[in-house]
Amino acid sequence: MATETLVPFDEVLERYDPALGLEVHVELNTNTKMFCGCPATFGGEPNSQVCPTCLGLPGSMPVVNGKAVESAIRIGLALNCSIAEWCRFARKNYFYPDMPKNFQISQYDEPIAFDGYMDVDVDGETFRVGIERAHMEEDTGKSTHVGGTTGRIHGADYSLVDYNRAGIPLIEIVTKPITGAGEKAPAVARAYVSQLRDLIVALGVSEARMDQGNLRADVNLSLAPRGSDVLGTRTETKNVNSFRSVERAVRYEMQRHAGVLDAGGKILQETRHWHEDTGITTSGREKSDAEDYRYFPEPDLVPVAPSREWVEELRGTLPENPTEKRTRLQAEWGFSDLEMRDTVGAGALGLVEETVALDTAPQAARKWWLGELARRANDEGVDLVDLSVTPADVAAVQQLVADGQINDKLARQVFDGLFAGEGTPAEIVTARGLAIVSDEGALSAAVDVAIAANPDVADKIREGKVAAAGALIGAVMKEMKGQADAARVRELILEKLS
Amino acid sequence: MSGGTDTTASWLAGELAAGNLTSVEITQRHLDRIAEIDGRVHAFLHVDTEGALEQAAASDARRAEGKPLSALDGVPIAVKDVLTTQGLPTTCGSKILEGWVPPYDATVVARLRAGGLPILGKTNMDEFAMGSSTEHSAYGPTRNPWDLDRIPGGSGGGSAAAVAAYEAPLAIGTDTGGSIRQPAAVTGTIGVKPTYGGVSRYGLVSLANSLDQAGPVTRTVLDAALLHELIGGYDAKDSTSIDEPLPDLVAATEQGAAGDLTGVRIGVITELAGDGWQAGVMSRFQESVELLVKAGAEVVEVSCPSFVHALATYYLILPAEASSNLARFDAMRYGLRVLPEGVSSPSAEDVMRATREVGFGDEVKRRIILGTYALSSGYYDAYYGQAQKVRTLITRDFAAAFERADVLVSPTAPTTAFKLGEKLDDPLAMYLNDLATIPANLSGVPGISVPSGLADEDGLPAGVQILAPALADDRVYRVGAALEAALIDQWGGPLLDKASGLEGVA
Repeated sequence: MATETLVPFDEVLERYDPALGLEVHVELNTNTKMFCGCPATFGGEPNSQVCPTCLGLPGSMPVVNGKAVESAIRIGLALNCSIAEWCRFARKNYFYPDMPKNFQISQYDEPIAFDGYMDVDVDGETFRVGIERAHMEEDTGKSTHVGGTTGRIHGADYSLVDYNRAGIPLIEIVTKPITGAGEKAPAVARAYVSQLRDLIVALGVSEARMDQGNLRADVNLSLAPRGSDVLGTRTETKNVNSFRSVERAVRYEMQRHAGVLDAGGKILQETRHWHEDTGITTSGREKSDAEDYRYFPEPDLVPVAPSREWVEELRGTLPENPTEKRTRLQAEWGFSDLEMRDTVGAGALGLVEETVALDTAPQAARKWWLGELARRANDEGVDLVDLSVTPADVAAVQQLVADGQINDKLARQVFDGLFAGEGTPAEIVTARGLAIVSDEGALSAAVDVAIAANPDVADKIREGKVAAAGALIGAVMKEMKGQADAARVRELILEKLS
Repeated sequence: MSGGTDTTASWLAGELAAGNLTSVEITQRHLDRIAEIDGRVHAFLHVDTEGALEQAAASDARRAEGKPLSALDGVPIAVKDVLTTQGLPTTCGSKILEGWVPPYDATVVARLRAGGLPILGKTNMDEFAMGSSTEHSAYGPTRNPWDLDRIPGGSGGGSAAAVAAYEAPLAIGTDTGGSIRQPAAVTGTIGVKPTYGGVSRYGLVSLANSLDQAGPVTRTVLDAALLHELIGGYDAKDSTSIDEPLPDLVAATEQGAAGDLTGVRIGVITELAGDGWQAGVMSRFQESVELLVKAGAEVVEVSCPSFVHALATYYLILPAEASSNLARFDAMRYGLRVLPEGVSSPSAEDVMRATREVGFGDEVKRRIILGTYALSSGYYDAYYGQAQKVRTLITRDFAAAFERADVLVSPTAPTTAFKLGEKLDDPLAMYLNDLATIPANLSGVPGISVPSGLADEDGLPAGVQILAPALADDRVYRVGAALEAALIDQWGGPLLDKASGLEGVA
């Protein structure tokens, strides 16, 4: 593989304007599949949730899942789209072993929802992302390529296909070209996917977990010479499966494109694979095959014609507009603009909201998610939402702090225990012996030891320099391995030295 | 001569009800007949002797308890090999599906079972129903019981020949461009293509989804009506199925058989006659029209100018849909798998290519190529898109014609049965056989083919096609039954009595 020349990010922007396009696939959480009655649940023994229709057996026929149409319309409405009065499914024809019929039932030039937008908050500014369309389709089976080094079909010894996923309803949401984002292009991409996820969660139409593939993003990127309004040749980076990776992939492709273009080369219109571990993309299927999907209307299905009454009824079920919701939450939580911006930017809005809903003080919820937990997510290179710690865990930890059973420092050890899978926060406190010592005798003895060991400090306090008490508190806490009630220690010191 | 199988399904149903015959006796007679002559006719690809007899015994047991499942409970039937049958092989006449045993029943088959009809076996057909002669079956052609050197029509030649040769009293066919009606015409039997959506397509292995329709293949119009009522009606598994009750087809048949067509307007389609139409076929057609007039019908000439484009339209829409439908036959999950020669570790694509090369016949490949081309980017509008527009015009022609006539009539096929091999190397000549039947499929209207007599030139059967507006299937039964009654009266018995191809067969 040829080594790519990457242009430093700042230099890219001196010479080029990036144009983004995002395609996000949302796996719906309907009970049954898109076109048959098989369960659409995640997991299950391979090939246990299949029937003639989702296996594409000869003679089988699809029947549209009405609940999936409803979800598609609600997503479309939430994205400010128009809803088609009449639209059809179409066949997308191509051969692949995990495609049971060797065509996918999708929508082509008649999507159920089209021409909308989503307002995305990036660093406190609102950026309007145009939505081209949202359409319904069925998922493919899932291939596992065994043997070989790449995990891809080429070079594999054999491949296994699980058709449980075949026919799961998907909504594909396609943005219009996003231009004018400049240096913020990677952040806009990330914010769009992150806030789209929040919207999907609020709609309740999908589990929307990127790490489980409920939400999958394809990132299209092209560069145009700075100041020109012509779109360059794009690449499509497939299956970028975390918010963080979306940002990194955009950044990487911008730097790579610039390298190719600076050298006088041409960008190949192609699919690229994202490598999470190395943070680079590599060439995938070349589109030079001039992929021709030979779309035509699916003749086994009748058109979908949602009545205006139904559409309006569904509009009434939409969750709060995300922009208004952010304004409301900021006021309710008493966050400063900066605190709110950081919360949104970290993709923590929904997590904080869920934590607050469990009777946690908003500032405490923010502190944990944006502090300790953001640090751990960053260390592990995952998104906050993909951490194993849940809002319920955070609420429970904060409750222990509020009750005075542990302090913030000990709480970090409780999180260690949670990540290690040691049980609930309360169980971890017990098992690790983390409870704060408030036994007067033990504390008093430790204070006496500290005073005796630091006579100079003790004198200062006797002279009225109360601020010096901090040094003695530190000594006591060290003696007590951090498990002392700091407020009580301070009281004892001041009592003894008054 | 036919071992007591030269009866009708309705007569057999009566004997069963009266306790004069058992289903086991009837089924055994047909199995015997198949054993006796099918080596020469080759109507069947698979005969389920054991299963049919078991089902017959179960039918007799129900009958003994006074609980028959339907009017036809116990009357055996043959099913075209394009409908899935749980536990019975389904090949669609193709090598690529050799050995495949479906895990589920087509809705039509499920309704036959629910009605208590023992299934004798699966009948031969052109590969994936592509053809008008059954010569494109990968398992060898079916022969016409009237003359074993001639074709039985197609694609459902197996079902028509089985019924014409008294191997089965009833059969199921499928009609995409005439595959029920044209074989009926050239074998002297009855074939009905119901209104599109009138009979479920679930489990019918698709040739062209927007054209395919399953229907009855029988020796009398009444038998067809009985069978149609059993298999027809709404099915939630087929989104294109019509959610409305069927008209009363048996009543319409009885009304027609009484012989009075006063007030019925018959439209003769101008475009379906002329050069290339066999004289004897035209003579029998004209006599049939005269008989209808004699029964009280009024005749008008109607013009359907777009019909001249029907064949070209059909040969764009059908291959387009078929090319996509047939993509699933890729050796990955079922059916034939061929490993390419000289490739040490073939890829999935290599296996797909090798399997499709060996597994599909020439006609199938021809249509896959045509369809793939017609759907290709840059050609779609000119071919598939344009064909859909012409389809709309044809539907408008029908609508205009049905303003002036209650039913439309034409000869079912331009000629009588041709010789095996005669048109095999000339696809266009083969396609022309479906000239008269295709328009009905393009606009979804129902049609029946009724024998009109023997052509003077060759003494072979010809057929009359009667078409009605969508959902008015009862009209084709009424007029069909009236014509059948008048002709049988004239002939002094059923036309099939004159079939000579199997004379002397022991």
